[in-house]
Amino acid sequence: MHQLTIAEIIRGLRDRQFSSVEITSHLLERIQQLDSHYNSFITVTGEQALQQAAAADARLAQGDAPALCGVPIAHKDIFCTTGVRTSCGSKMLDNFVPPYDATVVDNFLHAGAVSLGKTNMDEFAMGSSNESSFYGAVKNPWDPERIPGGSSGGSAAAVAAQLVPGTTASDTGGSIRQPAAMTGTTGLKPTYGRVSRWGMIAFASSLDQGGPIARSAEDAALMLSVMAGPDKKDSTCLDRPTQDYSAHLNDSIAGLKIGVPAEYFGKGLDPEVGARVQEALKAYQKLGAELVEISLPHSKLAVPAYYVIAPAEASANLSRFDGVRYGYRCENPADLRDLYMRSRGEGFGEEVKRRILVGSYALSAGYYDAYYNKAQQVRRLIKQDFVDAFQKVDVIMGPTAPNPAFKLGEKNADPVAMYLEDIYTIATNLAGLPGMSLPCGFAHGLPVGLQIIGNYLDEARMLNVAHQYQLATDWHQQTAPVTTPAAQ
Amino acid sequence: MAVDAQTVEKLAELARIAISEETIDEVSRSLGDVLQLVDQLQAVNTEGVEPMAHPLDEVQVLRKDEVTEPNQREAFLALAPQSEAGLYLVPKVID
Repeated sequence: MHQLTIAEIIRGLRDRQFSSVEITSHLLERIQQLDSHYNSFITVTGEQALQQAAAADARLAQGDAPALCGVPIAHKDIFCTTGVRTSCGSKMLDNFVPPYDATVVDNFLHAGAVSLGKTNMDEFAMGSSNESSFYGAVKNPWDPERIPGGSSGGSAAAVAAQLVPGTTASDTGGSIRQPAAMTGTTGLKPTYGRVSRWGMIAFASSLDQGGPIARSAEDAALMLSVMAGPDKKDSTCLDRPTQDYSAHLNDSIAGLKIGVPAEYFGKGLDPEVGARVQEALKAYQKLGAELVEISLPHSKLAVPAYYVIAPAEASANLSRFDGVRYGYRCENPADLRDLYMRSRGEGFGEEVKRRILVGSYALSAGYYDAYYNKAQQVRRLIKQDFVDAFQKVDVIMGPTAPNPAFKLGEKNADPVAMYLEDIYTIATNLAGLPGMSLPCGFAHGLPVGLQIIGNYLDEARMLNVAHQYQLATDWHQQTAPVTTPAAQ
Repeated sequence: MAVDAQTVEKLAELARIAISEETIDEVSRSLGDVLQLVDQLQAVNTEGVEPMAHPLDEVQVLRKDEVTEPNQREAFLALAPQSEAGLYLVPKVID
């Protein structure tokens, strides 16, 4: 049952092939058997999941079943969940049990989904390898000596290890797409504002965006249909109608114009990764699409602009973690200043502290114009490149990440090398565009991701383009080897 | 770009984050590496370019000034490391 996709689970539940309690029990057992090997979950909510599954079965029996009724999923631990610890991968929030649900969590509850628990992540979503979690690194199911990508590494690894068919995730600079690429899963970052951020713990508010990770574009469409939509609680959430993201999956892509940016195939790209992406582009040509060479001349500035804007926003957002109202407080503070300094010094990990300090520097008197304002100007230039490109093409394609999953610990001592992992994904966050990653083959025995970048609010077309590729290929159906003896 | 220990101490104070003496050199080095990366921006001509705050140039949506959230004072106070009589407790700040 763990091999089923979300679409297959929906059909199986409605045809009474199995019950939600049966599939939920099966996956909970599999998590218990295997996850000590992958560390993809921080919290497993078995009892609650079984209660939700029983309620879903009752609704299915009554013929009163919403879209994802009885389907097991899991939430990235960045989304607040009533009565369930929401740690954001940090010691700072190790004891935080919210009294409210994030809008995304609420949407899945209303759609009848069953939550198996909360997935591991880089601390406060800061990282590209899932090694900065307070709860330890997540292991890549394709090779447990390697990283799964970050920051949604737990969400991606849980799907790749077939512990759950779909998960929620978030993407500030590539944190859905890069781990999806490295684990052979399908991940989608929607247009900025398409999915509510209410109750999603903020890292960089103008960049953060929730989205799904699943095994196929078809499943990602089912999840996005539940997640997306206006939200009165989030004033940055777009007040525009959503689409039925499953309705256009089978549209023809003959005549589709695919922009191929020269800048995404230059120095720094692993040749094997480049070759797999080129093969995917050729497959699209066979499906009737046309390749158009384009240029995104400011894309090389995306990483530097991001590492001003994201830390600046993080330094402001994370100021709320002060040891006073919730979260970690140091032992026996001497005075209020000592309480702040030590609670934050002890509660945050090294990467989070580094980014807060960079943000404080960029926003401090005398540097604001030279750094923050400059980065926001460069951001508009990056956006304009995409606006110009979308005058000529329907979608843009390239690699998701410059290389396959690297070894655990390999880049820990060099933050800048780690930051360059997101070199092909960051620009879309700065521009607010939707992007997705889907498996397109293997390099050095590890999964490679093809990135599709769409125009604003064009998620339905991206999903259609991805689904047509997945009908023609089987890369998304390849499964990671289960390496734990208990499962064999 | 080098970041000296004095600057790190000033930033730590601004950010209210305690940095231990032993790690100041390492923090200085890694901050310097990051700032060297972002200094590439200085070479770009951005004259006349309007800074971008929202990708779709959206403006804040206003709503009626009405209470929409339920009062959960007790639930939130229960999360605090220390509270008393409906108030958050911190070390004494007034003699």
